[in-house]
Amino acid sequence: MLRILGKIQRIGIVTEPLPASAEPALGEVGAQLKARIGELFGGSLAIREVDAGSCNGCELEIHALNNPYYGIERFGVHFVASPRHADMLLVTGPVSRHMQAALRRTYDATPDPKLVIAVGECGANGGEFGVSYASCGAVANVIPVDAVIRGCPPTPINLMLGILEAIGRRART
Amino acid sequence: MSEKEPTDWLDALHASLTQDGVVLERIDAPGLAPARLVVLPAGDWGKLAEVAARLGARWVAGFGADAGQDRLDVHACFEKGGSYVLARTTVMRAHPILPSHTPYYAGADRPERHTQDLIGVAFLDHPDARRWVRHKAWLDSVYPLRREVPVGGQPPAETPPDNDYRFFFAHGAGVYEIPVGPVHAGIIEPGHFRFQAVGETVLNLEERLGYVHKGIEKIAAGRDPAGLARLAGRVSGDSTVAHAWAACQAMERAAGLEAPERALYLRALMCERERVANHLGDIGAILNDVAFTFGFYQFSRLREEWQRLSAQAFGHRFMMDRVVPGGVATDLDGKLVEPMRAQAQAMRKQLDKLMAIINDSPSVEDRLVTTGVLKPEQAAALGCQGYVGRASSVDFDVRRDAPYAPYDRFELDVPVYHYGDVAARVRVRAEECRAAFGLIGALLAQLPSGPVSAEWRAPVEGAEGLGVVEGFRGEILTYVRFGADGRVARFFPRDPSWTTWPALELLIHDNIVPDFPVCNKSVNGSYSGHDL
Repeated sequence: MLRILGKIQRIGIVTEPLPASAEPALGEVGAQLKARIGELFGGSLAIREVDAGSCNGCELEIHALNNPYYGIERFGVHFVASPRHADMLLVTGPVSRHMQAALRRTYDATPDPKLVIAVGECGANGGEFGVSYASCGAVANVIPVDAVIRGCPPTPINLMLGILEAIGRRART
Repeated sequence: MSEKEPTDWLDALHASLTQDGVVLERIDAPGLAPARLVVLPAGDWGKLAEVAARLGARWVAGFGADAGQDRLDVHACFEKGGSYVLARTTVMRAHPILPSHTPYYAGADRPERHTQDLIGVAFLDHPDARRWVRHKAWLDSVYPLRREVPVGGQPPAETPPDNDYRFFFAHGAGVYEIPVGPVHAGIIEPGHFRFQAVGETVLNLEERLGYVHKGIEKIAAGRDPAGLARLAGRVSGDSTVAHAWAACQAMERAAGLEAPERALYLRALMCERERVANHLGDIGAILNDVAFTFGFYQFSRLREEWQRLSAQAFGHRFMMDRVVPGGVATDLDGKLVEPMRAQAQAMRKQLDKLMAIINDSPSVEDRLVTTGVLKPEQAAALGCQGYVGRASSVDFDVRRDAPYAPYDRFELDVPVYHYGDVAARVRVRAEECRAAFGLIGALLAQLPSGPVSAEWRAPVEGAEGLGVVEGFRGEILTYVRFGADGRVARFFPRDPSWTTWPALELLIHDNIVPDFPVCNKSVNGSYSGHDL
């Protein structure tokens, strides 16, 4: 137990602030984030992640959002286990045809108001896999998409930016 | 360390089959090194497996191909003592029937069903008549990998859910069925798990995979080598370096080309970095699954630091698209050699400290030790290798036993444990990290100068190659055949997960349902790598 406490004390807090100087738009959006979430979702954003066919690269970077460096929960964003608890679907991969029905049902099970973000090159446009006998291609080919985060895979920073952008976009309508 | 001499188990195989009246023809196929190619008649295909099993060979992989002119080729790869044999036979489309290898090798079950679904070869005496990778996106009369089927196929506008797959069902008082997935509660790939349980105890687990089948084998055809490397790197994103390496190895062997020395060292450096990143993340995730969140956060911190240096050195956190045909896409800046060496040393110290805490924690021990035991005989029967095999007495590592450059120049410690529980699969990973830190230091110290890629030379039509690489999960075996104009005609990447997914169904027996996540994580099979 002492070793655990000692390790925690020695390592300390490693969470980084979202880079401000390098990306001015970032700081601005970051400052607005909590306000947007407050407007729409009462102080928090619940995300349900759905892998609709990815290679797992995007999943690993989404996981990283919860590591001590990025700590997305400090922005009021957390991941939930059921679409019924979700405000947002974060969908990765080209949609494989064998996941088409499951994705559709997950979308239908998510209560309104809801947002959908398609993640990665595959989510945006089918990526290397495109449309085929086995793949529907972009997530937008299957369910309505509010925002797209490009990248192969998108970095955790880009994921956070993208999620924030989606909130901003929705608030404008 | 020079290349190992092939053992003579092929001679024993040849002799035994000849005695039974089977004509086994040895074909000179240098592109298919490290395997030796043998060809035999379709009627004797089952006998091949029977004799190979008797000789104690491992069934590595199986795949088929449309060979043109009304012929379908079927392959099976075997290994014993580091020596690979690739067997090939041919059936006619009018009569596409072959004896099954599954009665002799349980690990052949799903690969044969995959071949059945995609190419339309029927395996006689296969104990499981059900489709596997085919759900509802194409009809049972359609075989997508046959050349007359277009890439687009003729899919329904909305593919119906796979509702009529018949699962194994248990009867009895108090038995209930738990269906899980394909969409899972966490941030994880999709697949279906059908549990039969009494109370919390799992009586049986049956997997249904194929949800992320993306038609990789079909869309590989017609690609140029660079395009194939990109595709290979996305078979399983967490193994992007290893899969791209295996594909490039296969293509280079088909072309009779060798990547320059410096490129080989850089490939190994990237592959070892990939191994460490995954093991650090997985150990953390295993600890998270037993609610030891301190460990989860410490390991995810280390993984993040590790990935950042990979990004700085090679331009991408996963080093995706860095292994290319002929070499690597980016050189290592000399200024980063020392930070990389220092990081490996520092990471080793951090790992040692965390493992000491884990090993000393009674609550962690209570959850990991004796959980999810895969017995050595089960691992051997399924052909498990990689860290799952090595935690259950399977003492095999491609880097040591069938070494490819640059590993043939280095000594490698291969950890083997015998108890086969989740704790053993954690320990194997920690040991592999330590070995990787040592290798990274040695690779950096001996990094040769020179070019990082060789000029590509298009292989002739029909040229074939085999790539065998130890990715972080284990042995990746990749087959490539070229068509006209230096473009790919056939690509088959055998991810190590093919051998470990069935192991999960066995090791979960008599464990409790709430321990399924940690058992699953301790195996960490790739869904995407399996489904293709």
